[in-house]
Amino acid sequence: MLEINNIVKQYAQHRALDDISLSIKRGTIFGLLGPNGAGKTSLIRIITQITGPDSGSILFNGEHLNPQHIEKIGYLPEERGLYKKMQIGDQMLYLAQLKGLSKEEAKRRIKHWFEKMEMQTWWNKKVEDLSKGMQQKVQFVATVLHQPELLILDEPFSGFDPVNADLIKSEILELHNNGTTIIFSTHRMESVEELCDNIALINKSKKILDGSLVEIKNSYRENKFKIVYHSQEDSIPINYALFIVEYNKRVDHTTTLFIKILEDKTINEILSYLLEKVEIRHVEEIIPSIHDIFVKEVTTNRLN
Amino acid sequence: MNKILLIIQREYLSRVRKKSFLLTTFLVPLLFIGMYAIIFYVALNNQEPTTQVQVIDDSGFIINELKDTDHLIFTKANGSTGTVKKDLEKGEKNTILLLIPPDVASSQVVELYDTEKKGIRTINDIENQLNDILKSKALKDAGIDTKILNSIKPAITVKSKELTVEGERDSSVGAAIGVSFGLSILIYLSLFLYGSQVMRGIIEEKSNRIVEVIISSVKPFQLMMGKIVGIGLVGVTQFVLWIVLSVGMLGVAGTVMMDKNISTEISETKHMSDTKDDYKTPSGSPINGLIKNIKTVDYPYVISSFLIYFIGGYLLYSALFAMVGSAVDSETETQQFMLPIIMPLLFTYMLSFSVLINNPHGSLAFWLSMIPFTSPIGMLVRIPFGVPTWQLILSIVLLVIGFVGTTYVAARVYRVGILMYGKKASYKELFKWFKYKG
Repeated sequence: MLEINNIVKQYAQHRALDDISLSIKRGTIFGLLGPNGAGKTSLIRIITQITGPDSGSILFNGEHLNPQHIEKIGYLPEERGLYKKMQIGDQMLYLAQLKGLSKEEAKRRIKHWFEKMEMQTWWNKKVEDLSKGMQQKVQFVATVLHQPELLILDEPFSGFDPVNADLIKSEILELHNNGTTIIFSTHRMESVEELCDNIALINKSKKILDGSLVEIKNSYRENKFKIVYHSQEDSIPINYALFIVEYNKRVDHTTTLFIKILEDKTINEILSYLLEKVEIRHVEEIIPSIHDIFVKEVTTNRLN
Repeated sequence: MNKILLIIQREYLSRVRKKSFLLTTFLVPLLFIGMYAIIFYVALNNQEPTTQVQVIDDSGFIINELKDTDHLIFTKANGSTGTVKKDLEKGEKNTILLLIPPDVASSQVVELYDTEKKGIRTINDIENQLNDILKSKALKDAGIDTKILNSIKPAITVKSKELTVEGERDSSVGAAIGVSFGLSILIYLSLFLYGSQVMRGIIEEKSNRIVEVIISSVKPFQLMMGKIVGIGLVGVTQFVLWIVLSVGMLGVAGTVMMDKNISTEISETKHMSDTKDDYKTPSGSPINGLIKNIKTVDYPYVISSFLIYFIGGYLLYSALFAMVGSAVDSETETQQFMLPIIMPLLFTYMLSFSVLINNPHGSLAFWLSMIPFTSPIGMLVRIPFGVPTWQLILSIVLLVIGFVGTTYVAARVYRVGILMYGKKASYKELFKWFKYKG
C-alpha cells in the first residue's frame, strides 16, 4: 500500500527525518509512535504531500506519490479546527468538495454520516455553537467522508470524552474491516495495543523499531513470569540453577512470585520443580507492554 | 484548478453574505451623496449677512464715492470716533467702523474697527473700493479721463484647453485636483481594507487550526491565491455596486438640486443688477462652476484606471499581507511587519496631496507612478491630469511584474509559515522559510 524509502527532511540546522523507511500493508492499522518532536508529523506531512522530502521516495499502491493520490488519503491532523462562523453542513460540503467529491455525492454522504453519528440537527449550526467533543466528531466525519484508501489519524482521541472516544474507535474498526489502511500516530499506548497490527517507533528523527506488534512484543520478552501459589511454609523454594526471584509477596498462605528464568530453561521445568513443593494457582508470562518498550527505547536512545 | 475555484467561491460568498457587506455597500454611496448635499447646501447658504459700515471720513472726498454692495452698506457715522466706538462695544451686531485719515492718499492706511474678526471678503471689498477711488482721484488730478480709461479696459479670460488624441477638450485643473484627492484616498483606504482582510483571514485559518486540514487537500499556493482572489472580487463587487448606486442616487439627487440651483441663479442675477459689476465676486454661481468642473472629468477613463490599479495594487499588497498573516500567530504580532509594508504607500499617499498634485508631470511623480509599490497611488493621482499612454502601459506592466514577484515570495514564506506555531517569526526566519525546498 505505502512504501516509504529512505526519506530525509532537513530544516535549516535541524534534520527532522533521517533516512526513514517503512512499509505499510494494505488493510492494516499501523501505529506510528514516538515522543514529541521525533518527526512523526513531519513524516505525515510528507505522506499527505503538504511538504516534500529532500530525498527518498514514497510509493502509493506502487506508484510514485503524486497529487492524484491526495483524494485517496484522509488526514486528521493533531492541530485541527474548523471555520468557526461557517455552518456545519456547508463546511463539510466544502471540505468534501476540496477532496474531489461532487456536490450531490458529498451531500448524500454527509446526510448518511449525520444519521449514523446522530448529528442530523447540526446542519445549520455554526461550529462555535458546538462543544469541543462535537467539533471533533464533525472533524472526524469530514476526514472519512471521501472514503479514503489511506486514513491518517494524528492523535485521534485527544479531546474526546470516553463515550465519544469509544464511538470513534468503533468507527475506526469498521473502516478497518472495510479494508481501509490506517496510520495511527499517537503516544497513547493503550490504544496502540488495542488497535494496531504493526508499529514503528521514531525517535530523534530516526526509526528505531518497526514490525508487527506481536513480534515486537515477543522480541522484548525477558523470560519473566508471575507465579502465584499456595503453601503452608513461609520459605520460598529456590533453585538458582533454574530461576531468579525478582520480587515476592506473601499474604496469608498465598505467595506471589516474580521470577526470571535462566536462558536455557523453560517454564515447564520450573513448574515441575515447583509442583512438588507448592500448590500452583496462577502462572502468567510477563510480556512488556508497548508503553514499557516505548519508554525503554526512548530513554536508552537518549542516553546513547 | 477546480479546487481554487471552490476556495474563491467560499471566500467570496462568506463575505458577500455578511450583513456588514450589505451595510457598507448601501451606506457609503449614501454618505457620498450626503457629502455632496452638504457641499451644495453650504455653497448655497454661505452668504454673508449685510454689514453696516459706519464711515468717519476725515479726508472728505472718499465717503461719497463708496458704493454699497450686496453685503456692505456704507453710511456716514453719527458723532465722533469715540461715541461710535462705544456703540460698537455695546454690541451692535454687523456694524463696523471705517476710519479714513485726512492724509489717506499719501499714507495709504485706513483703520477698521470691529468687535469680531471680519471675513476676508469684507476687507477685500473695502480695500478694492478705496484703491479704485484713490486711483481715479490720482488719475483725475493728473488730468486723465477715467471714463476713457474704463472704456479701454480689456477683459482677458484664459480658457484652458487640453490637446488630446481625440482633439481638444475643456479641462479644469480644479476638477482634476479634486478627482486626484478622491482617487488617492480611495485607493489608499481600499488597499488597506482588503489587504488586511486577507491577512486576518489567514490568521483566522491558522489560529483555528483548519489550515492543515485544508492543505492536505489543496496546495498552500491554491489556498493563498483563492483567498486573495476571493477577497479581491469582494472589493471589485463593492466598487461596482458603489458606482451603480452612486450614479443612481446622484441622478435622483441631481434633478432635485438642479431645480434649486436655477432659482438661486435668478436671485443672484437680480442682486447683480443692483450693484456695480466690479465689486461683484467673480464666481457667478459657485454651484454652476462645480457642476461644470465635475463634468469635465472623463469618468469611464478614471474609473477603469482605478479598477486596474486597485486590482494590481491589491494583488501586490495582499500577497505581502498574506505573508505577514502566515508568519504570525495572532493579529497583535503583525505590527513589526506592517511598517515596512505600509511605508511606500503612506509615503506616496502623503506626497500625493502636495508634490504630486502640484507637479503631476515632474520626475518624482513619474518615478512614483512607475515603481509597483507606489504606482497604485502615484499613477492614479496623475491620471486626472492626463498621462502619456506609454507611461500608463509601462506602469501597468511593471505593476504586473511587481505582483507576480511579491506573490512568488509570499507563497514561499506562506507554505512554511502557516504550519509554524508558537515560533516568534523574525525577518531572518522569514528569509529562511523562503529558502526551504519543496
